[in-house]
Amino acid sequence: MARKAVAKTAQSNVPELTKEQELTAYREMLLIRRFEEKAGQMYGMGLIGGFCHLYIGQEAVVTGVTMASNKGKDAQITGYRDHGHMLVMGLDPKGVMAELTGRQGGLSKGKGGSMHMFSNEHRFYGGNGIVGAQVSLGTGLAFASKYRDDGTVSISYFGDGAANQGQVYESFNMAKLWNLPAVYIVENNRYGMGTSVERASGQPNFSKRGISFGIEGEQVDGMDIRMVYDAAKRAIDHARSGKGPYILEMLTYRYRGHSMSDPAKYRTKDEVSTMRAEHDPIEQVKSRILEKRYGTEDSLKEIETEIRAIVTEAADFATSDPEPAASELWTDIYAPA
Amino acid sequence: MPTILMPALSPTMEEGKLSKWLVKEGDTVKPGDVLAEIETDKATMEVESVDSGKVVKILIPEGTEGVKVNEPIAQVQGEGETLEAPPVAKTAPEPIEAPVVVAEKVAEAAPAQAAAPAAPSFVAAADPDLPAGVEMVEMTVRQALNEAMAEEMRRDPDIFLMGEEVAEYQGAYKISQGLLQEFGPKRVVDTPITEHGFAGLAVGAAFAGLRPIVEFMTWNFAMQAIDQIINSAAKQLYMSGGQVSAPIVFRGPNGAAARVAAQHSQDYSAWYSHIPGLYVVAPFSAADAKGLLKAAIRSNTPVAFLENEILYGSTGLVPKVDDYVLPIGKARIARQGKDVTIVSFSMGMRYATQATEKLVAAGLDVELIDLRTLRPMDTKTVIESVKKTGRLVTVEEGWPQGGIGAELAAVVTSEAFDYLDAPPTRVTGKDVPMPYAANLEKLALPSVDEVIAAVNAVTYRS
Repeated sequence: MARKAVAKTAQSNVPELTKEQELTAYREMLLIRRFEEKAGQMYGMGLIGGFCHLYIGQEAVVTGVTMASNKGKDAQITGYRDHGHMLVMGLDPKGVMAELTGRQGGLSKGKGGSMHMFSNEHRFYGGNGIVGAQVSLGTGLAFASKYRDDGTVSISYFGDGAANQGQVYESFNMAKLWNLPAVYIVENNRYGMGTSVERASGQPNFSKRGISFGIEGEQVDGMDIRMVYDAAKRAIDHARSGKGPYILEMLTYRYRGHSMSDPAKYRTKDEVSTMRAEHDPIEQVKSRILEKRYGTEDSLKEIETEIRAIVTEAADFATSDPEPAASELWTDIYAPA
Repeated sequence: MPTILMPALSPTMEEGKLSKWLVKEGDTVKPGDVLAEIETDKATMEVESVDSGKVVKILIPEGTEGVKVNEPIAQVQGEGETLEAPPVAKTAPEPIEAPVVVAEKVAEAAPAQAAAPAAPSFVAAADPDLPAGVEMVEMTVRQALNEAMAEEMRRDPDIFLMGEEVAEYQGAYKISQGLLQEFGPKRVVDTPITEHGFAGLAVGAAFAGLRPIVEFMTWNFAMQAIDQIINSAAKQLYMSGGQVSAPIVFRGPNGAAARVAAQHSQDYSAWYSHIPGLYVVAPFSAADAKGLLKAAIRSNTPVAFLENEILYGSTGLVPKVDDYVLPIGKARIARQGKDVTIVSFSMGMRYATQATEKLVAAGLDVELIDLRTLRPMDTKTVIESVKKTGRLVTVEEGWPQGGIGAELAAVVTSEAFDYLDAPPTRVTGKDVPMPYAANLEKLALPSVDEVIAAVNAVTYRS
């Protein structure tokens, strides 16, 4: 249970973010938190069906990585715990929430659901429901970057559970073989559904999983956005400069169950409450903002109010927007020539 | 004023126990604070606040069993709100009631809502008209496939070929001969032996707008990659609401080669033809191989292009025109006739063609249809033919259950039942894994004699 990366971070070596970055990080992470809390509530009311995997607790990972990337140019792809990624990448919260409720104004017209949302415009490629598949797909996005020589990189997120899938290593091999601009982010939240890393992984240090391919990796405190940002900058620069793939293992934690219907009997309440109390990514940023006087309680409350308005608007839209027309059943199966 | 409702842990939960309150009336709460614990026979869950404010009233005491989902359990007064706010109207807006309302509607209006809208019919273009006196060039299926790829790669720099041994080795079956020399290693890419990984990689490249051609050394090995073909490529357009497509061709030899036994001799025609979102093409002739591969490469829909190793060396006449592209989804009537309809594709056409020659010599006017595309399947051409002949025989190398012949028999039986003079009859591979021994292998595959026997049966000749 010891969290090495948390401990090893000597405070003097912690990279600092600027005022603007801290405030951006606070806003982005708070949007994810409030959005996901609302999604959880709406799921509880029966407005969202099927599976619903919340990102609460892991906000610093996608926020810090995206801040370090060329947002909108670099491609990103993830698995099914994807709402946070979409919000940070700039997809419309109304469209995301309406997709969760299966309405016509959802990002996938209500035909994809929680696990399947995409945006060519924002270069977000899902939202993939098959554990590990996004790693091969993301490697293909990197292949396209290199093929076009357009200076973009591809960032693929996957969990500690997915990290044991065979295609991940087929992809690592090709990424190194062809020197692809691929950044692999292992979001290690300690549990693949209800199975802890210790019970599923022969080598639980996922940053070492690239060693046999010659891919560098780092373990990062994924609850501290400064560490995430700093490591992601390094990894993305490495990939962009033509040095090939890079692995970052983000030590993070999900507060909620694997999905909404998780009995949560595989971990103790103390473990969850300790993480929340001592390592919460948003509280960390908030206290720095106040400490460094980048903002005041009042100015942060203003941000909170704005965020709540965005989330309320999204929820209202997602509950008032109609379901897709029956004719949509038969569209988007075959692409126009 | 927000009302806290009894949440559901899953879409199927109807009620649960409110086991514990972690706040009391008068407490101030903020988003994320745990308010209560609920419990079902399967799981426990914490109820978190999504609002900030003061807990004004706890409506359901802890320990209460059988609390219905969406029943109000507490009231929270937000900052600046007053208690005068009408709690019911404001806190139980339409969406909260939606599940119940929907359920009632379904019950009342079930007959009216039952039917899904009819599927739109797929209309394939006709084959292009060839200029009068066009030169016909004899070539093998192998050369035709090679030319198709080379021509398309000259036309569009986003097209690349990837697969095992496609570059330096010049292709395990020499389909990619010379492509490395012409297009270089950037566009003709040798992969490691990792079908799952490189199929996924290619689909990802297609998401980004490139147009990959993935060669599987055989379709048998594509079983390693079938998840990426179906879950990532075929379903992508639909589940993205039309936003992201995967313009990609998966190609390679399908079906039985010679004496390579069970794991290397399987016909995947029916498997892939089952999948909405894929085009599935299985040509027989050299001309069709060329024209349809060019069409597949241009398609914005992912294509499973099923070749056949035994047919690679067979020759045919290919029209010498600048751009020979055939329509996907259009069957070819190989011979017109009025007595019986034989439908086949790919290697099955070899048995069907030889059988047709013998049957015609024996005085039977056979109509022979080469499906060429298995999805979308040109059932219209088959139905029209059966309406004329009243009899259907299908020929394929694949297994019978859930096969292409089974599908055609079902379609014809429902669409042309009154025209049938005999039950639709299938000639298929035998329902066994492919044996190695030469005699058993021969028995496992369809034969010309079996086609003739089936035709004799449906025409009541013996």
